[in-house]
Amino acid sequence: MADVTMRVWRGDANGGDFENYTLVQNEGEVVLDVIHRIQATEAPDLACRWNCKAGKCGSCSAEINGKPRLMCMTRIDELPEGPVTVTPMKAFPIIRDLVTDVSFNYAQAEKVPALLPPPMPEGGYRMFQEDVERGQEFRKCIECFMCQDVCHVIRDHEDNKQHYAGPRFFIRYAELEMHPLDTNDRRDLIREEMGLGYCNITKCCTEVCPEHIKITDNAIIPLKERVVDAHYDPVAWLGRKIRRKTKISANDAAVQPAP
Amino acid sequence: MTYEHHDYDVLIIGAGGAGLRAAIEAKQRGLKVGIVTKSLLGKAHTVMAEGGMAAAMGNVYPEDNWMVHFRDTMRGGKYLNNNRMAELHAKEAPDRVMELEQWGALFDRTKDGKILQRDFGGHRYARLAHVGDRTGLELIRTLQQKVVSMGTDVFMECKILKLVHDAKGKVAGCVAYHRENGEFVTFAARAVILATGGAGKSWKFTSNSWEGTGDGHAMALWAGAQLIDMECIQFHPTGMVWPLSVRGLLVTEGVRGDGGVLRNSEGKRFMFDYVAPMFRAETAESEEEADKWYDDHTAGRRPPELLPRDEVARAINTEVKAGRGTAHGGVFLDIATRRSPEFIRRRLPSMYHQFMELAGVDITKEAMEIGPTCHYIMGGVKVDADTTATLVPGLFAIGEVAGGMHGANRLGGNSLSDLIVFGKRAGMGAAEYIEAGDVASAMNMDEVEAAIAESLAPFDRVEGENPYDVQHDLQEMMQVNVGIIRNQSELDEAAAQLATFTERVKNIKVKGGRAYNPGWNLATDLPAMLTVCRAVTIGATLRKESRGGHTREDFPNADPEFAKFNFAHTTNGGNWDSEIVTEESPLLPMPDELMALLEEAK
Repeated sequence: MADVTMRVWRGDANGGDFENYTLVQNEGEVVLDVIHRIQATEAPDLACRWNCKAGKCGSCSAEINGKPRLMCMTRIDELPEGPVTVTPMKAFPIIRDLVTDVSFNYAQAEKVPALLPPPMPEGGYRMFQEDVERGQEFRKCIECFMCQDVCHVIRDHEDNKQHYAGPRFFIRYAELEMHPLDTNDRRDLIREEMGLGYCNITKCCTEVCPEHIKITDNAIIPLKERVVDAHYDPVAWLGRKIRRKTKISANDAAVQPAP
Repeated sequence: MTYEHHDYDVLIIGAGGAGLRAAIEAKQRGLKVGIVTKSLLGKAHTVMAEGGMAAAMGNVYPEDNWMVHFRDTMRGGKYLNNNRMAELHAKEAPDRVMELEQWGALFDRTKDGKILQRDFGGHRYARLAHVGDRTGLELIRTLQQKVVSMGTDVFMECKILKLVHDAKGKVAGCVAYHRENGEFVTFAARAVILATGGAGKSWKFTSNSWEGTGDGHAMALWAGAQLIDMECIQFHPTGMVWPLSVRGLLVTEGVRGDGGVLRNSEGKRFMFDYVAPMFRAETAESEEEADKWYDDHTAGRRPPELLPRDEVARAINTEVKAGRGTAHGGVFLDIATRRSPEFIRRRLPSMYHQFMELAGVDITKEAMEIGPTCHYIMGGVKVDADTTATLVPGLFAIGEVAGGMHGANRLGGNSLSDLIVFGKRAGMGAAEYIEAGDVASAMNMDEVEAAIAESLAPFDRVEGENPYDVQHDLQEMMQVNVGIIRNQSELDEAAAQLATFTERVKNIKVKGGRAYNPGWNLATDLPAMLTVCRAVTIGATLRKESRGGHTREDFPNADPEFAKFNFAHTTNGGNWDSEIVTEESPLLPMPDELMALLEEAK
């Protein structure tokens, strides 16, 4: 087979540049295979994250020819001919080479008020397939953070990270809000602190999702409707006031561990 | 030197299912808990588990109960198991699975709203709680989210180099470095729980990620603990074989549980020719009988495709060697002709996706090409079943790094349940150990300094080998000589080669700096890999019989004399290149009531 040339961004927080590596191309290889061969030969210190190499762990996210992709699921032979450019995710600070500091996402995870179910009855909870399926779609998320990377709210405006959770966490909130057992109410939190309103549904996140989760249609839009209804609809507002007597607010729930 | 330092009641090494479950238990008991992981949180090998977690809840077959699960586990393990572990596991798995739903897990459901259970090899009844074919992801995400909601310190991308003792030989903590910047860090802890997973990365064709380098196995051995059953390695029957770049990647047993069958190049469903005597009474004799079983387990006996993994892997190996394999050296796994495309996409979405994107194969239309892949090590640190304590005070071990639970061969689905049953027990065991008060004092800083100096040596060498070359050659060597079928001359060759590899590891040269340098990271993994490979090879040489995940061409049958003990390894010196000393360690005596369960089954 023909050779393949990889243009790989090398550097750290102080700056960097592209380095070219030309290798023999093997049948069926993915970008991560070629990166590994570069590591094993010319550049053992080339930094990249990976774990499962099967599209299940979401570690090897990078931008391939400018688009967020999992390196382990991108076959070289499906890319256009010519050099393959590999750069780290743009929305996160560089650590080294292809490795970025994704701690923003872990900080957001800490802010999510936990599931608050009723006590488990003898023999376990009863839930029905059609009720769990909505949440199951969002729980397919492998936390590759490419939806966060591509979301222009934070990709182009670093400051927005202060008050914007991003698509990965909107599907997490949607999952909890749709969870058959949940008694928590996170709507004020989602609207006021998680910045759901900043999303103007351009669907970039949905397009890059390697799990094909319909982030915008199935999570963000329903979540917007739910949050807006709760805020502006006087009937919903009244209902919320009444229900609050039995529901714990999101802020209290955040510090109260689930059983 | 002074280093970044942290103090915990309980330090957990590893953030897969076992480590996270242990953290939850220890936190609930009011202890200060730290978790250290080589990767990011949520990326551990647990995410790769596909089919499900075994628990005798009886939601699909009310006849199921812990006694049947215990019996299946012991038979699958060819009776080499720690019977107390198998008993606790079978009894406690249902509660451990159900409590996951309190923390947000969403399993697939039965029609009446209970957790759905699926069929898997070696389990008499449909027993695996699951979410499609991504159960491991569901488990790790559930536990991760629970741990995060409890406010637990997690040190990500932090590599432990060595456990450190106090002056009296108790485990007092460990020394590590941050991958991000290469800076060293020490952790003092009153109890340390090893939850480091497996060691499959020392074989060429493996389902394991870069992390599976046997760090915990090796560190426990160096610290004075015993390793048992190291020769028992599970080669999962169904790994991808093509393209070469994905060779070894796992194909879930759920394909067979949901109706998939194995065929050779002649189109023959060959597993009927490979039913061992101990499984004949419960295995179907014809395709017709087997096919009735999927819908109603009382209408026929089990299909032979659902024999335990060791049996199926050996059969595939034999077919390929006999020249009835595929062009790429595997056999066919066919579900396309047996189930509708809708069924396949709903039940096996990850498999559909994996084959479509990586191999260009539509599994609803074509058969998959598969072959055995190094998947799991049954061997591990010898522990007390109830507390998960090792022989070294202050050190506990759970999950794949612990030995005994699965005997000579693990049943599919018993791993995820193992993680949560013994994860909780480790949290309890560590808490009780701490409450008893006789814990370690200050860390021996000489041990810390020695471990750091050793880790830095590859930078100082003027010349030396690339660590990737050493790893690559080691994987090739282990695949050839200590693979699925073994014999004396190959094992002797492996032992000789391992001595050479030990010298090569001492001559590794690392380029670049300490900040996020994968070459250096690999150089610090290699000592553990060598230690584990040596223990495996010694065990495989001594066990002159075939049992479970250990098959000897020159001793093809099981020998009852070898069913009485485990081979147990310790080191003479506590370093990675120290001599390994091996003894026969008698199996735990089996109480009469458990023995009766096995007798009934016969």
